[in-house]
Amino acid sequence: MTPLTSRAWPQRLGYVLLAAVLLFALAGPLLWPDYAGQQLMRFLETPSLAEPLGRDQLGRSVIARLASAARLSLWLAGLCVLSAALLGCLLGVLSAWRGGWTDTVLRGLADGVLALPGLLIVLIFSAMAQGGFLTLYIGLALAQWVEYFRMTRARSRLLLASPHVEASRLLGFGPAHIVRRHLWPELAPMLLTMMSFGLATAILALSTLGFVGVGIQPPMPELGLMMTEALPHYSEAPQLLLAPVAVLALTLAALVLLRPLEVNP
Amino acid sequence: MDRARQRALARICGQRLLQAAIVSLLVAALCFLLVQQLPGDMAFRIAAGRYGYDYVDAAAADAVRQELGLARPAWQQFAGWLGQLAQLQLGQSLVSGGAVLAEIAHHLGATLQLAAASVALALGVGLPLGLASGLAPGGWADRLTLGYSVLLRALPPFLLGLMLILALSVQLGWAPAAGHGEGGNLLLPALTLGLGLSGLTARIVRDSVLAVVRADYYRFARSKGLAPWRVFLRHGLRNIGVTVVAYAGVQLILLIEGVVVVESLFAWPGVGHALVHAIFWRDVPMIQGCTLLLAWLFVLMNTATDLLCLAIDPRGPAES
Repeated sequence: MTPLTSRAWPQRLGYVLLAAVLLFALAGPLLWPDYAGQQLMRFLETPSLAEPLGRDQLGRSVIARLASAARLSLWLAGLCVLSAALLGCLLGVLSAWRGGWTDTVLRGLADGVLALPGLLIVLIFSAMAQGGFLTLYIGLALAQWVEYFRMTRARSRLLLASPHVEASRLLGFGPAHIVRRHLWPELAPMLLTMMSFGLATAILALSTLGFVGVGIQPPMPELGLMMTEALPHYSEAPQLLLAPVAVLALTLAALVLLRPLEVNP
Repeated sequence: MDRARQRALARICGQRLLQAAIVSLLVAALCFLLVQQLPGDMAFRIAAGRYGYDYVDAAAADAVRQELGLARPAWQQFAGWLGQLAQLQLGQSLVSGGAVLAEIAHHLGATLQLAAASVALALGVGLPLGLASGLAPGGWADRLTLGYSVLLRALPPFLLGLMLILALSVQLGWAPAAGHGEGGNLLLPALTLGLGLSGLTARIVRDSVLAVVRADYYRFARSKGLAPWRVFLRHGLRNIGVTVVAYAGVQLILLIEGVVVVESLFAWPGVGHALVHAIFWRDVPMIQGCTLLLAWLFVLMNTATDLLCLAIDPRGPAES
């Protein structure tokens, strides 16, 4: 890793923003743990020192819900991206290594999945989920593994055919050594870039589902769901809507800024 | 048309057909899985649908089970499911009772209208921005485009739509927030989807213009004394076009996903709206029909992209 100060300012800004969101998602639920308690007498209460964002239409603490929603988005999206990357890389290396039938079948499957925009896969799974985490998680991970598969397969094929790997094989090193010494160092940097991109996609998909109303179900707080719930009360309490919008936009902006912006400067 | 060209054409069509077949199989499998894990006894439900809830007993459910072969092992049922799909029998909507095929055909027009309007808008905004920034990298237009595209990347379609509703509809009252059939109704959904796409379009155009302008053949054409606009028309346009069209495939994903989100946000009666509502009601035949249609539309547009690339660049795509 290059030190933070030697990076371009957009990337530094990205790290700072991401750190702020992470801090909020990790520390927020500890500071304001009660996201579900309703106090109907205090509905749409204006912001105060104890409740920086006021209370919502059911008298629930908005900041507690927001922190809990941010934590949910981040860990669920992170889990999905990690699983998708793991699955994609394993299958990609397998496909490049074995060739033949394995390669043909896996590539056909990947082509088929590619013809289905990710959100559609997630939508079908959300019909099965009925608000459950597990099915949403499987859907999100299955929607993303193909990118990793294609990248790993394409790179690994080139690498596995290279003289370095041939030499390693002739020296008697096994698959584990070849993967660790030859494939991993080449694949890792690209994987990191793809994962920051995938994280944004997963967070976005999750909040989109919540917003449309087919993702995480109430009373669980979720960013998109909070926006839908806040919409009717916009004129009385705009902070109800603007707070989750700000958290989502800042998270996505941070992840966009992390990547190098100039494709060819 | 020469031999190589024909072969490239056949390869593209063959690959895309295969892709369409695989994706149909995938969607069918997912929807079959969805039916299998729905709670309750399917035979009872179908019997209730036929005879009314008051007249169903175990005997009627058993009769239905026998008739439809619901007691068969899952793989045999799946084969039957695929057989129906192969004959394009998409079944009936569980909610409205209408044939899925007719319902989707009804929604398709609205979706295509929205998609065409947004793509036109995205090109109208993205092309000039991308050209201006690609021809003068580092200039003010370039910085503006960079900021614009980052901003739009951080603003997912539904947030952008929300902001447009709040700004144009609630505060200014310029356009209706939802609905269909009147003149102004298309404005907000098309603006949401089109602006969302235009950021990426501008970036792609900018990068491909820059790559061409910096290429040796382009610099040579300039240095042999051709006028800048002539160099651009003669050597630039086609080479830029092929990259931009090739990247349109990536944008199509955004377009299809955007259609689903934007339609449900603005209650635009298209396929995406129908899909989300089918998911609300667990209306599996509708879910399958809408997903299949969107997937086929996606494959079809990708095929068109490939063919267009081939037409622009007769050398064909570089073999990877």
